[in-house]
Amino acid sequence: MRDTFVATATTFLDDPRTTIVLADISAAAFAPAAERHPDRVINVGIREQLLVGVAGGLALTGQRPIVHSYAPFLVERAYEQIKLDLDHQGVGAVLVSIGASYDRAAAGRTHLSPADVALIDTLHDWTVHVPGHRDEVPGLLRGAVCGSDSAYVRLSTQSNARAYPEAGDLRVVRDARPGAPLLVAVGPLLDQALAAVADRPVTVAYTHRPRPFDTAGLRALAGTEVILVEPYLAGTSARVVGAALADRPHRLLALGVGRSELRRYGTPEDHDRWHGLDAAGLRRSVEEFLAV
Amino acid sequence: MTTTTATDPAVLRALLDRVRAGREFGANVYSTLDVLQVLYDRVLRITPETVDDPDRDRFLLSKGHAVAGYYALLAAKGFIPLEWLDDQGGPDSRLGDHPDRLLVPGVEIGSGSLGHGLGLGVGTALGLRAQGRFDPRVYVLLGDAELDEGSNHEAIAYAGATGLANLTAIVLDNRSASHGWPGGAASRFTVNGWSAATVAGRDHEALHTALTGHDHHRPHVVVAVVTDEE
Repeated sequence: MRDTFVATATTFLDDPRTTIVLADISAAAFAPAAERHPDRVINVGIREQLLVGVAGGLALTGQRPIVHSYAPFLVERAYEQIKLDLDHQGVGAVLVSIGASYDRAAAGRTHLSPADVALIDTLHDWTVHVPGHRDEVPGLLRGAVCGSDSAYVRLSTQSNARAYPEAGDLRVVRDARPGAPLLVAVGPLLDQALAAVADRPVTVAYTHRPRPFDTAGLRALAGTEVILVEPYLAGTSARVVGAALADRPHRLLALGVGRSELRRYGTPEDHDRWHGLDAAGLRRSVEEFLAV
Repeated sequence: MTTTTATDPAVLRALLDRVRAGREFGANVYSTLDVLQVLYDRVLRITPETVDDPDRDRFLLSKGHAVAGYYALLAAKGFIPLEWLDDQGGPDSRLGDHPDRLLVPGVEIGSGSLGHGLGLGVGTALGLRAQGRFDPRVYVLLGDAELDEGSNHEAIAYAGATGLANLTAIVLDNRSASHGWPGGAASRFTVNGWSAATVAGRDHEALHTALTGHDHHRPHVVVAVVTDEE
């Protein structure tokens, strides 16, 4: 997804407003673009507060910043800059992260960012894109950069086998029957979710845009049981689903990455398993939920 | 155009008293008045008519708590109506204890949390450069205690290393940093390639010379020292 991002973002430089701001991460990949546009491909070095502050200043002059770094450094370290240098100034930027919850599992806690989407969700009116396949990236990015509001694009090395380019609104991938339990899978967890309920009458819908969440689609598809499967902190979208279905009796199972620090390395697949997000783990949780 | 109309100090003090409305203000409010006056009278190319002109100079008040004199000056210069100065901080007032750019004409950034203005200023300077606007200049006013925030040092190092020539930082040095700046605040900038001038913060001629002393090749810092608190 990162390569696709670099290639796509580079083409956006044809628009003189587009300005890419980096903090060393991916700077080598953007070097050819920086050579052509030295004033609009800016590497501030390993300075994430400045990274986002610069984006705010650029936006104040009318430029459209694309801000890129590793997820925990971009969102967690520079959270106050996101809140104040963008939102409070009334300007927007497109933040694009790599690393996701545990793409570099062996790097340990410092490089894990399961809370990024929850943090962005404390802010108002952000669009959040969580592509599940590299071919979903160009369309999402184009839409985000063409606007003037703020968007967070969360890239990952984890991926589904196929792309669903038009899946901002909930897209039904598997239709069980009206009133069947509804499972909503976000981004790269779709394949595992599909495998988990393969032999169960569960409708599966996919989205790569958890904010704004497609609440109209949710209301149209949901029966009594709703299952959320998110590749970041468990429960991040629970409040949105709860509010959307507040007028209906319903039960919600919100699955995602746990809060405890595991202090284990391994691979992303290992962490999926440890957080119960592999097909077998999801199946266990769903069966327990539906057995009630 | 350059605004050369001098603000009558008596008028400014009267406006400040109108904002104050009997409250006690900290020393920082008074220590900032002179530099604000020189900037708005003689340096900044901004008028109420050009607050949205892309080629205007930018003044970013990073130490957002030094706001009373700022509001008084914006009123004296016609950016905001004089009546706005009454009931500052009240439920219907547009003037908070820290300025909000979306509420106050002429205010370039909302500030209050220390250490945000210089990064925003660097971004603004980069944006102007990317647009080929080489005439407007970006001025950011900070405090010496505000320099404690590490975000400033990210901005100082980067702006110096890249020779960001359209940026001026002004450090109002009223010696309020808990651990001080041994060797002077300016040295934190000059070691990173900035030009610098350290002057008496109430001397208008010295301030003017320092504030117009940039060389167009690198960022410039003016340290305005104010120790004679009222």
